[in-house]
Amino acid sequence: MIKTLVILVAKLVSGSNIRWQGCDPDVRQRIYFANHTSNLDALVIWAALPAPLRDVTRPVAARDYWINNWIKRYLASRVFNAVLIERKKPTKTDNPLDDMLNALGQTHSLIIFPEGGRQASGEMMPFKGGLFHLAKARPDIEFIPVLVENLNRILPKGEFLPVPILGSVTFGAPIKLEAGEARETFLTRAQAAVKALNHL
Amino acid sequence: MTLQLDKQTYALAGGVVALLATASLAGWILSHTVKNDAARGTIQNLNARIKAWWIMVAIFGLAMATGGIGSVILFGLTSFLALREFITLTPTNRGDHRTLFWVFFVIVPLQYYLIAIKWYGMFAIMIPVYAFLFVPLRSAVAGDCERFLERTAKIQWGLMICVYCVSYVPALLSLDIPGYAGQNAKLMFYFVLVAQISDVLQYVWGKTLGRRKILPSVSPNKTWAGFLGGIACATFIGMGLWWATPFSPWQSAGMSLAITFMGFGGGLVMSAIKRDRGVKDYGHLIEGHGGVLDRIDSLCFAAPVFFHLTRYYFT
Repeated sequence: MIKTLVILVAKLVSGSNIRWQGCDPDVRQRIYFANHTSNLDALVIWAALPAPLRDVTRPVAARDYWINNWIKRYLASRVFNAVLIERKKPTKTDNPLDDMLNALGQTHSLIIFPEGGRQASGEMMPFKGGLFHLAKARPDIEFIPVLVENLNRILPKGEFLPVPILGSVTFGAPIKLEAGEARETFLTRAQAAVKALNHL
Repeated sequence: MTLQLDKQTYALAGGVVALLATASLAGWILSHTVKNDAARGTIQNLNARIKAWWIMVAIFGLAMATGGIGSVILFGLTSFLALREFITLTPTNRGDHRTLFWVFFVIVPLQYYLIAIKWYGMFAIMIPVYAFLFVPLRSAVAGDCERFLERTAKIQWGLMICVYCVSYVPALLSLDIPGYAGQNAKLMFYFVLVAQISDVLQYVWGKTLGRRKILPSVSPNKTWAGFLGGIACATFIGMGLWWATPFSPWQSAGMSLAITFMGFGGGLVMSAIKRDRGVKDYGHLIEGHGGVLDRIDSLCFAAPVFFHLTRYYFT
């Protein structure tokens, strides 16, 4: 009930139009990697997925942001089933990569933001290494680039009231880690795949 | 607001329904007789448009049936959605965020509240004067000076086109026309019908006979045949509907001519903006038509002119 409401509000607030440009919606295991410009990103991408996909897809989010009040805690655990990771001080035992691999299991898909943080300007930052390690650990999974547009105008960093501008979510064609491909090459290629989905 | 729905209103409504039924039938026949692929695309778009027309007419009819308030709410929502499409296409800065919040959630409802309470002296100047001064003030307080004048101008222009101009449609309900008391719903119906049918007829004439383009650099779809045929036919239809208005047949023809001319101008200007921004449509809420703003571009330009002509000469 609350879940349905959250999805409806996410779609209404962002006016998302959803394009599947390089792949079709599919429940097979995937990692959706997207640019990160707004706190709404994870919610909007997740809500943009058709219901059967949504049920098996978990956004990966920063633990420090999502546990500091009860509404966020409720949303993260009961609504999106988020994977909360430690991004400030990863240790051997508290390691984001292990958390993500565990969360994937044999059925789940993930939504991740390889830039690691939001950019106020909307310019994309270089991708962090986690995406490469995931690709190496799970070659069986499809890596789908996702571009979210205009969400930073709906709710910019540091604002709390949204403005009803039309956002969009575009899913691109899957990319694969080539045999022997270097970390930087793969990360640059992955970032370019997200950027290439630009519409304006 | 009390508005009576009389025989003439039903005659107008019946006419529109009959017209749409004819169009649907024609569309159905065309879709079964068409041979090549290019034409099939056009017919598919035509049928999508006709289907969307049914929905829009149903919504407009429901709003009319509630008396005045439903129409005010309907056009208020239309303004909100149109402004949303407009601002989405307009690059604004971080510094405009709170200004935009005020624009969407305070100024839009306020304008339609003023329309609902029929406060002419205020609704006619609220956006051109008070919002005009408020918007740059709020953005200046946010402290971002980059392209300041450009950003302010775009927000103000969006407000004028999508909110101020559109609000003149339900404002027609507030006119006190001697001998026409309680019948203003028909005037609004007449206005929307003439403006929209002019668009439709320009499309039909353009698609069937259109060869020479009027302004290819602005709009690839506007042809001389569409312009002349559409405006002549729509003016003629408007003249034939004089019985629903406070006008004589010739006055009605003159009014319709003004509506169709302004409507054409609106389409042209909004098309120039789309061209500049590199898009074909403002949105895709209405299947076959594009966005809300694509559908109401002619109303935006025609409504204030029609309102003030009527107010000056007939009240």
